[in-house]
Amino acid sequence: MNALTVRCRVPAAAALRLAPGIAFGMALLMTASANALADDRPTLTVYTYSSFDTEWGPGPQIKSGFEEICGCTVSYVAVDDGVALLSRMRLEGPSTNADVVLGLDMNLIAEARELDLLIPHGQQLDDLDLPIDWSDDVFVPFDWGYFAFVYDSQSVETPPASLRALVEESDLELLIQDPRTSTPGLGLLLWVKAVYGDDAGDAWAVMRDRIVTVTSGWSEAYGLFQEGEAPLVLSYSTSPAYHIVAEETDRYRAAAFDEGHYMQIEVAAATNTSDHPELARSFLEYLTSEDAQSILPVTNWMYPVRNDDVALPAAFDNLIHPSEALLFDPETVRDNRSDWVDEWLDGMSR
Amino acid sequence: MARRHEPLNRTARAAALWWPAALALSIVATIVGGAIAGMLMAGGDPRGHFPFTDGYIRSIVVFTVVQAFLSAVLSVGLAIPVARAIHRRRFPGRKPFIRILGLPMVIPTIVGVLGIVAIYGRSGWLNAGLEQLGLQGRFDVYGLQGILIAHIFFNMPFAARILLQAWESVPAESWRLAGQLGASEIQTFCLVEWPVVRQAAPGLFALVFLLCFTSFSVVLVLGGGPPNATIEVAIYQALRFDFDLPRVSALAIIQVAFCGALAIGAARLFTALPDTPPAGRPAVRFDGRAMPSRLVDGAAIMVGAVVLLAPLAAVVLSAGRGPIAATLSDPALWAATGRSIAVGLTAGTLSLALGLGMVATLRRLRYREGNERTAALLEAVGSLVLIIPPFVIGAGLFVLARSHVNVFDNGLPLVVSINALMGLPFVIRVLGPPATQTLQRHGRLTAALGMRLGHRVRLVDWPLLRRPIALSLALTTALAMGDFGVIALFGTPETRTLPLYLYQQMGSYQLGRAAVSAAVLVATTLIMFLLIERIVGGRADDKA
Repeated sequence: MNALTVRCRVPAAAALRLAPGIAFGMALLMTASANALADDRPTLTVYTYSSFDTEWGPGPQIKSGFEEICGCTVSYVAVDDGVALLSRMRLEGPSTNADVVLGLDMNLIAEARELDLLIPHGQQLDDLDLPIDWSDDVFVPFDWGYFAFVYDSQSVETPPASLRALVEESDLELLIQDPRTSTPGLGLLLWVKAVYGDDAGDAWAVMRDRIVTVTSGWSEAYGLFQEGEAPLVLSYSTSPAYHIVAEETDRYRAAAFDEGHYMQIEVAAATNTSDHPELARSFLEYLTSEDAQSILPVTNWMYPVRNDDVALPAAFDNLIHPSEALLFDPETVRDNRSDWVDEWLDGMSR
Repeated sequence: MARRHEPLNRTARAAALWWPAALALSIVATIVGGAIAGMLMAGGDPRGHFPFTDGYIRSIVVFTVVQAFLSAVLSVGLAIPVARAIHRRRFPGRKPFIRILGLPMVIPTIVGVLGIVAIYGRSGWLNAGLEQLGLQGRFDVYGLQGILIAHIFFNMPFAARILLQAWESVPAESWRLAGQLGASEIQTFCLVEWPVVRQAAPGLFALVFLLCFTSFSVVLVLGGGPPNATIEVAIYQALRFDFDLPRVSALAIIQVAFCGALAIGAARLFTALPDTPPAGRPAVRFDGRAMPSRLVDGAAIMVGAVVLLAPLAAVVLSAGRGPIAATLSDPALWAATGRSIAVGLTAGTLSLALGLGMVATLRRLRYREGNERTAALLEAVGSLVLIIPPFVIGAGLFVLARSHVNVFDNGLPLVVSINALMGLPFVIRVLGPPATQTLQRHGRLTAALGMRLGHRVRLVDWPLLRRPIALSLALTTALAMGDFGVIALFGTPETRTLPLYLYQQMGSYQLGRAAVSAAVLVATTLIMFLLIERIVGGRADDKA
């Protein structure tokens, strides 16, 4: 420790005068909680994933759009990614501060329902334009898309044409997300399961050495990809639209796979522990409104759940259209998720 | 209060002897007991998750052991030539270099990891250099190789420092004798140097192995995926990702079994470690004057310097080039800094209070009762965190707290209490010897003068012990400020401390910003350290 003992000529008295200030500051910090700020408007706490609540994500616009009509304050609490949202809800249980959970996906709704923390949304959702019929009374879908590997066309000339080709024939390095925290990560796990069935563990063992890193959320993996750390990243078939619109480049493209692509429907729900259940419900209503639906495609870069009133940028016309949509029903995912994640862990650890 | 002329009866004497430690121990027992209760309450049957049935757990345990073994072999193996070269040579900057060897042990782990990424990462200096040279292939820091590099950075310098002390414990006559007898370099090594290395190396190896076995931050950041996880990282993931309590308890049991066996098995080895501070005066040696051995020593010092200084330099330089204004203008940074200071001070104070209670009893045991075995046992209890890793305590408290309150809203008090336990061994080590010495020197006099407790503390103990008290408070505060492991379990954006804030910046690959935050963390820690030493310890010339 001698390395750090530097003589300093502060008079002890002056430092001692600081002590009450330090003590007071400590007391303040230990007692202050994030929402202690007195405000006569009710606060709606929305748990979501980190890429939703960034300056270029949909968060700020959705917040200001809803605040205009609700007379409330929207406050986001962000976790890494969608599966981590479910873990967070499970860990907090009835003591949760969430009024709304936004960013789970269809794979998780059977498990989320069993937490007994969510209430029915009380809306008519018949008029939504989704690739499947939606009749759930708790979860409100707010956007959807297909998982896809996005590649950099400057470093990859011919991307793999199928998942099997990617696993068995390709030597490209890839970036993926952790299925235990991230909905794309879980989506890929289910995609591999849908294609490989009982051999999924072996498929992961084959792919393992080409996986540069497994990130906990989508943002980290995509950030690394844009830094040029790997030629392939697991993302969405709609991701290239972002680069066309925001960066005016068609350098990044999604690889179309012959077996079909796994589909994701992102959902939100209101909690039964909320002090403002009506506010939470009207937020869910707002999510499927024309206003929010025109914000989401160009900030979250997913397909909207309304087609008639929402004008998509031209960039969406050039995207790949999967030959087939793969999807497990939520009950199957609930019954097998932990075993399949163990299979993934095992395959990745061989 | 008994009048001093009446002999105290036995029970009263025993009570007076034991109450400080009893108070401290009951607090320790509450925290540890709460954690064990939490683990037991977790329910579920851990038996399906032991290595012989669960392939994933087996691979985690194997990886943990293998990386700890390799880290210890490489750290100690590299430290031997480095320490020998420092001992044998005089070179400009030798003294500061010896001092800097202690640095990786005190800088926050997450800052060291950031330095490793800045050097060996995909867009780091090494790969930039390879690209400049037009070489194909890039070095990948994620995986076993990155973990080993980081563990060498954290442990090799400290191992070299300890070994240097072993070398310096060789009496000057031995070197002179070896010179007079014309012993060759190899003979000198075998006859003079090897015996002291052999004494110190096993304990060092065991210590580094234990430290790397319970490594969390390094492996979390540099693991790069499920195959490269230590047991602690697996506990973190099983708890925060899956809330798989049976798996958490199984991993906790495995971890405690390993650490307990290691700590108890190696206890004898640890005591063989020299603990005299390096004299810094090079011994007069008559060997190693030939060119080859000069080259070998030079190379060893170069390698040591690169391993130690490159990551530190990388953090400093990246911070200097980083977006300083943008980072410093983020209110979240200062909120996190404030939380770190609060956590550090509270945990440090609590550690010191617990330590004082233990030391008060310890020194009386050693002084009056002459009860060395009981004292040693009490000391061992103070180092309980070596056997039950803080992470396991954290996981247990997490489960316990969860059924009563919102864990994430109340994360900081839990972080504080666990860090207070982690600081306890340091307090006992720093404060124990001088406190015992003070009592042995002045105990009879104060008793003869019939001094009251209050007077004795004010007139004898405080002036003599304020510096070690200040040092242990400063040290535990600094350690708690830099803690990343426990906060990772409980932290959220609303309760994040500076190390967690830094980790999240690294997670989103904002390395420049992370470097600036790292500079803020190191500076804040250093300022706190010096302030405490100054205010509590008084001036250097206040020595009684």
